[in-house]
Amino acid sequence: MQVRVANVSKNYAGMAALSDVSLTVGSGELVALLGPSGSGKTTLLRTIAGLESPDSGVVYFDDRDASESRIQDRGVGFVFQHYALFRHMRVMDNIAFGLRARRKSKPKDGDIKKRVMELLDLVQLSGLEKRFPSQLSGGQRQRVALARALAIEPRVLLLDEPFGALDARVRKDLRRWLREIHERTGHTTLFVTHDQEEALELADRVVVMNRGQIEQSATPDEIYDTPATPFVFSFIGESSVIPVTIGNGRATLDERVIDLEIGRLPDGPAQLFLRPEDVAMVTDGGPGIPGLVVSTRRIGGMRRVTMECGLARHRIEFDASAELAIQNSQRVQVRIVGGRVYGAGQEGYATEKLAASATADFKWARAEGWLDR
Amino acid sequence: MSTPAITAQPDGKPPRAKWRRRSVLPGFGLSLGYTIAYLSLIVLLPLAGLAISAASLGWNEFWAIAFDPRVSAALQLSFGAAMLAAVVNTVFGVLIAWVLVRYRFPGRRWLDAAVDLPFALPTAVAGIALATLYAPNGPFGAVLENVFGVKVGFSALGVVFALMFVGLPFVVRTVQPVLEEIDRETEEVSATLGAGRFRTVTRVILPAMFPAILTGFALSFARGVGEYGSVIFIANNLPFESEIAPLLIVIKLDEHNYAGATAIATIMLVIAFVMLFVINVLQAWSRKWFGHE
Repeated sequence: MQVRVANVSKNYAGMAALSDVSLTVGSGELVALLGPSGSGKTTLLRTIAGLESPDSGVVYFDDRDASESRIQDRGVGFVFQHYALFRHMRVMDNIAFGLRARRKSKPKDGDIKKRVMELLDLVQLSGLEKRFPSQLSGGQRQRVALARALAIEPRVLLLDEPFGALDARVRKDLRRWLREIHERTGHTTLFVTHDQEEALELADRVVVMNRGQIEQSATPDEIYDTPATPFVFSFIGESSVIPVTIGNGRATLDERVIDLEIGRLPDGPAQLFLRPEDVAMVTDGGPGIPGLVVSTRRIGGMRRVTMECGLARHRIEFDASAELAIQNSQRVQVRIVGGRVYGAGQEGYATEKLAASATADFKWARAEGWLDR
Repeated sequence: MSTPAITAQPDGKPPRAKWRRRSVLPGFGLSLGYTIAYLSLIVLLPLAGLAISAASLGWNEFWAIAFDPRVSAALQLSFGAAMLAAVVNTVFGVLIAWVLVRYRFPGRRWLDAAVDLPFALPTAVAGIALATLYAPNGPFGAVLENVFGVKVGFSALGVVFALMFVGLPFVVRTVQPVLEEIDRETEEVSATLGAGRFRTVTRVILPAMFPAILTGFALSFARGVGEYGSVIFIANNLPFESEIAPLLIVIKLDEHNYAGATAIATIMLVIAFVMLFVINVLQAWSRKWFGHE
């Protein structure tokens, strides 16, 4: 079933939790709502479920206004971060709850039992049907919660930070397992997370939210490779930000030219966003941006170096070979081999991806004493 | 003579009894000893005295007092009224707790504080207030008697009303924290699974609260059985009609019939003990059944 959110706004005590959000989730799609806390992602999920009613805007299930039906009849399976299991019921009764609550076409006891057993098998909890929730581990509880939501054959499955309360290893296992279940059952699924790794690994499409608005809605690859806004760039992965000024077709930092291919970017202030892999250390004596190393740490086979450059001591992080002995306060030069510049555009942001060949021309740097402060 | 240092034991270990385990909470021995001594002094010793005193009566005399029609009637009223009041309190106490926990409205804190009034008010004051209200010429009593033909003041029904008054906070205060713990999400999940409000309340909320409700009921009931002060003002204390067992004990004491008083007291103690025992068994069963442990 297709879920379409059209121009939904929601305020809490004067604060906009959602402002004019529109989103379409295709049938059978697995979509992640990703954002920092307070970005409105949970409010959006709860609005789709019918647990919150929007101040304005409409949620459509296929082409029907979902608000026409009560929550009970919407057919949403909702899974909470803290499971919200019925603690006075055994696992089997928890899962059977939705089937027993059906008023129309309530299945026979035998059929309910059969269905519960199937679901227990699906969530790999066979043999635990007589347990109470308090006798299960966190991961098992969350799987019971999912089985309970799946039992009603939901038209859309909504998960609110489903793995947020679990430890890292269980979280990884459940993530893979949820993907398998999704592939097997094919429910339209939305889940909320603040964990970018989880979103990028699990979802067909990632919707990045910030301050009640959708910043970008795209595949994990697109989110990482072509972030639409500075927020998305800095929220996904690690990044360094350097404010630059664009004028006369050139980018400058502290009134010194950085040789970037800025393309069609308009004049004015802009931000240069760099991932660690977008910066390479100059080891052959060629031109580069000079800086002072302030810290280094080992990450796997590489050495993550943080250096400061410019008058305002902007920090740039990059990876260097672990074989190079780099020490604090050492002078280094780096070359920009990728990254992205965001300038003020007519609508939101104008952005240019930097080509790998773009290098900084900093021959003058040493003479003007950036480093001699 | 100096005491040997504890660390200087041959095996290098300090001497300690086997059931004592190393714990981060110190003072287990001291606090357990204190608890037992204190409970014995305050609770068990007087009860033992009562039993011994009753034992001096002899069986025949004891049974004669126990089955005296007036005593039986008083016991029946005491336990019956306490039971009835506890049932009513359970229903309305749960309702009040629900309102206080679930809704936000102006004056909620005041209402919340008012629940404690029966705790704080001297029961005699409560009795006088109730008697004034429910007396045949009182503001409530007159209406009830003239319009509905129900006599509350100076009757057995008055006893129930007094016990409802003193027992209410017990139910509210035991149920309230448990209700606060049941989070909204549990109810929301129930709704998304297709359960209507009624089903959510009966299948999700009430079962989760059941042990607490039972405790509240037991406390309210126990309080009702022991209540004296408020009852004697609102009931007219006629034998066979509105005379409660604690009052009968006082009457026996006034008559210097200490043996008789002790006998009634012992019977009350036994019945109360049995009932609380049953409630506790029920509670243990419900905890197990509803998976609270």
